[in-house]
Amino acid sequence: MTVDGPFALLAELTYDCPLHCAYCSNPIELAHYRDELSTGEWQRVFTEARDLGALQLHLSGGEPLRRRDVVELVRTGRDLGMYSNLVTSGLGLSAARAEQLRDAGLDHVQISVQADEPVRSDELAGTPSFERKLAAARTVKEMGWPLTVNVVLHRQNLDRIHGILRLVEEMGADRVELANTQYYGWAWRNREALLPSRAQLERAEAVVRAARERLRDRMQILWILPDYYERYPKPCMGGWASRQLVVTPNGDALPCLAAHELPLPRANVREHAVRWIWESSPLFTRFRGTDWMPEPCRSCERREVDFGGCRCQAFLLTGDPAHTDPVCHLSPDHGLVEAAVRAANDPERPGELALTPRPDPRSGARGAVAPASAEPGA
Amino acid sequence: MPSTVPTRIDAGDRPRLARGVRLTFDRARQRHVLLSPETVVVLNATGTAIVELCDGERTVADIVADLGSRYSKVVDADVREFLAGLVGRRCVEVERDDR
Repeated sequence: MTVDGPFALLAELTYDCPLHCAYCSNPIELAHYRDELSTGEWQRVFTEARDLGALQLHLSGGEPLRRRDVVELVRTGRDLGMYSNLVTSGLGLSAARAEQLRDAGLDHVQISVQADEPVRSDELAGTPSFERKLAAARTVKEMGWPLTVNVVLHRQNLDRIHGILRLVEEMGADRVELANTQYYGWAWRNREALLPSRAQLERAEAVVRAARERLRDRMQILWILPDYYERYPKPCMGGWASRQLVVTPNGDALPCLAAHELPLPRANVREHAVRWIWESSPLFTRFRGTDWMPEPCRSCERREVDFGGCRCQAFLLTGDPAHTDPVCHLSPDHGLVEAAVRAANDPERPGELALTPRPDPRSGARGAVAPASAEPGA
Repeated sequence: MPSTVPTRIDAGDRPRLARGVRLTFDRARQRHVLLSPETVVVLNATGTAIVELCDGERTVADIVADLGSRYSKVVDADVREFLAGLVGRRCVEVERDDR
């Protein structure tokens, strides 16, 4: 059987990060990931992924700028003919570093934004960062890179969407991704505090529609729905091990950035060739195609539209990654999603729940960071 | 004014690759591809020939004429439809004289 190669490599260079967002999708336990791949190991991974067909190189983390060799890695990607994309908090993007990255051939930058004003933004990020993000955006524009701004939306910032869009416009973004939180990693732990109400979503969608009309020549606006409110699941990763290859800081290869949570055998680039991992490893072949599917997916006419949804979500909600994604209204486990949605829309629900921020991984002590305050309706 | 979302492609439009978009050859697939922040567009030979002429100078009519001198059957409507698709995916933008 011939397996099509991936289009993109998501290289999670390090999980070290100056931010401590309560919706972080990185693994809960980070000790396992401290033994990071060396520069030479990453260069070999890039080369092997390119040979397999990967054309886009997403340099992410954690904060990829915390890697001292990030400029060298960008240059390697460029030499291989890949389109490189730096996914950053913006912290650490000095003018000097930016010039080096430009000279190395960096193509595109994505900066995350947490909220539209400094106090709320710094609370959500768990560290003073708002002004530095704006400075980083100015640097990106000065360098002539296209700028994408990423905003993770949730119950505690959705009502600020108007202000967020205005801020993103002021930053000069060419493109904004408004992504409602997906519940993995740290976000799973904070799900109750993060899941918005239907009314919040409807209000936000109206604002997004109006902004799309107003800005249609200047800024592309992507709106990624929270799948808990959908009838059908998302076509996760365009199908398991179909389009994207993820490599974590310690060299674990994954079909999706949340797949570290699944009870499947690991595949590490230090032990195996990238081609073998992609084409033959149990982890990558387990849910590829449609043969693995249970009912109702197996006989569903949408089985090649949404591929049964998200394996990681099925696992988190039901304990079995081979179940139909419970987001689907046809799933026998759909009641689990309905219960969470019901709770999020309960008129009796008390004020906003406090978010548990991600502890600083370098401090090593859980709960060392003071919890961000979360005033209702702030 | 450059526009990324025209309703249709006119003969007088001058298409060019949008900022941040690169045309490159993919050895793994043996095809030319357009690379942009979040998209890979795999091109066939005709598509590649069209994109290579999108320099912001030539009009769509120029491109059709140029292709017509090299290929036997070049359908104007097909070229326009192809370019409209790339504009929709934000890989190409067109310069249009306001009249």
